[in-house]
Amino acid sequence: MQEENVMAELPHAPGQGEQSGDRPSALARFKARFGLRTTREVVEFLVHALFFLCGFVAVACVLFISVYLVVSGVPAIAQIGVADFLFGATWNGSQGQFGILPFVLTSLAGTAGAILIGVPIGVLTALFLAKVAPARVAAVIRSAVSLLAGIPSVVYGLVGMMVLVPAIQRAFGLASGACLLAAIVVLAIMILPSIINVAETALRAVPKEYEEASLALGATHIETIFRVSLPAARSGVATAVVLGVGRAIGEAMAIIMVSGNVSNLPGSLFTSVRFLTTAIASEMNYAPVGSLWRDALFSIGLVLFLFIMLINVILNVFIKNRKGD
Amino acid sequence: MKKITAALLTLALAGTLAACGGEQSPATNSQPAADNSQAASDPAAASGSVTTLGSTSMNDVMNYLAEGFREVNGNVTVTVEGGGSSAGVEAALTGTADIGLASRALDADEEAQGLVGTTLALDGIAVIVHGDNPVSDLTLEQIAQIYTGEITNWSQVGGDDAEIALMGREDGSGTRDGFESITETEDQCDYDQELTSTGAVIEAVRSNPQAIGYASLSAVEGEEGIVAITVGGVACTEATILDGTYAIQRPFVLVTNSDAQLTPAAQAFFDWATSAQANELITAAGAVPVAE
Repeated sequence: MQEENVMAELPHAPGQGEQSGDRPSALARFKARFGLRTTREVVEFLVHALFFLCGFVAVACVLFISVYLVVSGVPAIAQIGVADFLFGATWNGSQGQFGILPFVLTSLAGTAGAILIGVPIGVLTALFLAKVAPARVAAVIRSAVSLLAGIPSVVYGLVGMMVLVPAIQRAFGLASGACLLAAIVVLAIMILPSIINVAETALRAVPKEYEEASLALGATHIETIFRVSLPAARSGVATAVVLGVGRAIGEAMAIIMVSGNVSNLPGSLFTSVRFLTTAIASEMNYAPVGSLWRDALFSIGLVLFLFIMLINVILNVFIKNRKGD
Repeated sequence: MKKITAALLTLALAGTLAACGGEQSPATNSQPAADNSQAASDPAAASGSVTTLGSTSMNDVMNYLAEGFREVNGNVTVTVEGGGSSAGVEAALTGTADIGLASRALDADEEAQGLVGTTLALDGIAVIVHGDNPVSDLTLEQIAQIYTGEITNWSQVGGDDAEIALMGREDGSGTRDGFESITETEDQCDYDQELTSTGAVIEAVRSNPQAIGYASLSAVEGEEGIVAITVGGVACTEATILDGTYAIQRPFVLVTNSDAQLTPAAQAFFDWATSAQANELITAAGAVPVAE
């Protein structure tokens, strides 16, 4: 890449150099200021600066969002009290009750449930794709998985609401099928693509020699997969799981339509519940600007943000370990 | 490790900034209207801004009217702020807004302070059940008992032996506020689902034979698969809302102060909104207009 740039600049370089030598222009001063000798170096310098600027946009956005969330979230927590806010069991925004324990527990329970269902299916699918399936079958399944990743979350929610919720209602004889279980099933399906993709990549990266050695020692194909390939790819699989957690905990649109959206503690799988994300989404329209209610919604955002930061830190640790393998 | 440190640094930095910003954060956002319409004496040529504040239930209607008035008189901008009916009455009394909004009639005390309530429209809330549900009539009291969990099975009100699924709107919704205040079940409703739009409530009731829900009359009309039940024998129609026989209804009231004169811009908006010209917009917003 760099070499190409050099080649492209070569024809222009001498001419421009002469010009700037004749009269001490702004370009010359610029060169002197930054200790650059040739015009090529100036171009290099400017392109570097452009790259830096582009990189900085991302950093600036993260910084801005972090700062904004903390600035708008912390005062409400301070006013409500950390313990009352985090461990209060009643949320009733318009009446001034701001306990987010139901949302926190629901988000944790929902994510755990989705992982419990999604990870076995995802990892086994990845094993199948990487180690067992004939190339053609694998190609079909792989494109189906990418398609699954491309479906907008509101469509998951709609299908869940029209099909899954009535099905759960009938299957378990409930008054209403919109509950934690419905949200878990939708989330489990939604996190499948990221789990499958990352786990499959990790499994493919397992050196062939490991498996060949195992087969040579008399292990069957399946024994080799579970005793050799999977353990060798374990940090990659762990990364997949953490990615799944991140996706599940941040989802809002799909589950707002199937979870019932009532701020109950998640007592059972059939309780109508509200998640951290959906709590923000469903009340932001109504909370008056400047009220404690609205600030408390930002505080929920801050809590969610901290959860996701934590997940990212864990993810980085896993990726680092993986490089160390 | 570097990334973790970076993340912690970000947080620390953010924390410092929060400490600086914290003291000023309770923003004062309801300032008195900037009144720049003194010069205009003819209402038709009025210009300036009109501030309205109060019941969030009236937001839809007021936004439709504010939008519509822009076409009638482009020089006047009408702003709509929430805060609740009491805040609306207070705003009209203290003059923090030109017109207060209340989704209830004024009481005698408030009228004694010189406030005048003008009914802009009526809000009728239909109670809906699944199309196959044999129950077609409930009293207001039965509806309240159903929503507070005293009645949990359709057989208790003459229907099939099936648990009742309570569908409602989320906290802050004007429809929920209206329904709960009329049935006197504020904060006692034990919902199975809190949906985030009128359409979602209708959809939830349509797909669940055991469900009961509520929605604005205008949204329910013409929907298949659901039935608006009669309340105490009275069907929910525009006619029964206008003559007052349908129980689950409430007035949308514009509150003004008789001691203070409206600005020409506010007067022009007030006259237009309470005239028959605004009826179509009020209907479009889901309420029943009263002007003739």
